[in-house]
Amino acid sequence: MRVRFWGTRGSMPVALTAADVRDKLAQALVAADGRRFESFGAAYDFAQQELPFTLTHTFGGHSSCVELETGSNEYFVCDMGSGARPFGAHVLARQGGRPATVNVFMSHVHWDHIMGFPFFGPAYVPGTTIRIHGCHDILEQALRLQQAPPCFPVPFDQLAAKIEFVKLVPGETYAGGSVSVTPKIQRHSGDSYGYRFEAGGKVLIYSTDSEHKLENRGEAEAFVAFFRDADLVVFDAMYSLAEVASVKADWGHSSNIVGVELCQMAGVKHLVLFHHEPSSDDAAIEAVLRDTRRLEELTRGARSLRVSAAYDGLEIDL
Amino acid sequence: MALSHRNYAKVRVVAPVGRLDHDNCEAFRNDLAPHLDACLREGQALIFDLSGLEYVSSAGLRCLMLAARQAASRSGRLVIASLRPLVAEIFQISRFNLVFDVFPTMREALASVSSEAVEAFERG
Repeated sequence: MRVRFWGTRGSMPVALTAADVRDKLAQALVAADGRRFESFGAAYDFAQQELPFTLTHTFGGHSSCVELETGSNEYFVCDMGSGARPFGAHVLARQGGRPATVNVFMSHVHWDHIMGFPFFGPAYVPGTTIRIHGCHDILEQALRLQQAPPCFPVPFDQLAAKIEFVKLVPGETYAGGSVSVTPKIQRHSGDSYGYRFEAGGKVLIYSTDSEHKLENRGEAEAFVAFFRDADLVVFDAMYSLAEVASVKADWGHSSNIVGVELCQMAGVKHLVLFHHEPSSDDAAIEAVLRDTRRLEELTRGARSLRVSAAYDGLEIDL
Repeated sequence: MALSHRNYAKVRVVAPVGRLDHDNCEAFRNDLAPHLDACLREGQALIFDLSGLEYVSSAGLRCLMLAARQAASRSGRLVIASLRPLVAEIFQISRFNLVFDVFPTMREALASVSSEAVEAFERG
């Protein structure tokens, strides 16, 4: 299974500013330390091989959209945030004119998780099948509403693809081809649902927009069971624990600390911090990643937990 | 978890020992309640002496935050002193160091709330 991140930002999309680009460029020139490059290729190799991640990447970017590549001819994707636009371009390019079948799994219908759907190219291609899975009764209503006047010029009914809505029930496992999926209810305004995907002996947990109060034993144990032995957990780490426990209590999001704790208790192999706070720049997210890795080190038990921060374009093979 | 306490003048110091996590945070909150009530009744600060605390999880930190909120709602104050290095790092990573008054020593914590308490502390 390959997991590909098309959108990783929480709440609303963000972009690097001109000042951010100048800052990275100036730091790269300092790092080059007067070296001369004979060609663009030589400079590119220097950037790719010698400069640190912080100068050559940005966390981005688009709001939530995460693809699972399973080896099947069908596509599987979690959420239709603004990352659905580049994901759609990827699908169209890969299909080369052949109609696609896309299975979408919706965590919930807050705007940042649906805003990419009107820009999802395959939705406009006749012959495409889009199956939108979720546990909310209002899933179809929400997607239609955002394309109703005066919000968007193309009504939902004018989309050329065959669009089906598939209602899932939390706790029940659905097997579709090579992939099985189990949803779980999460604490978030209007509820959200995490998904446990199993394919080819690998397990991916997609758990965003989920607040945790681990002093509630039953709740903690239920999430540990849901995360149990996962190869990868994509985890809402939008705020610091202090924020979640104080001014941002009941905003429906979680922290890096709770991510580490749940993953350690569940024997997870790899934790990916996700749904980054829109006001956090690259340096702030890097700092959270450093802190999280240090916490994992401080609290490590018998086995280590790998920790990463998601960025648009990140691919992880399981 | 053992939760001893001592008083310096009218300031109460409670000292949790061991680990504070989701296994014992409920019991910790119950044990803490009478200390918190006593301090708030008298309008005094409560100090957590964390020199014996080996580890605190998110659930434990939330307990401390709930106690601080309870204190604030009754115009009381909750102060933290003497973190071990590991717990100090957890405070920094969770950013709890930004929302609590944290002092490296008990004397400094007492000085931040009451001169009489410091005098009592120095008298032993």
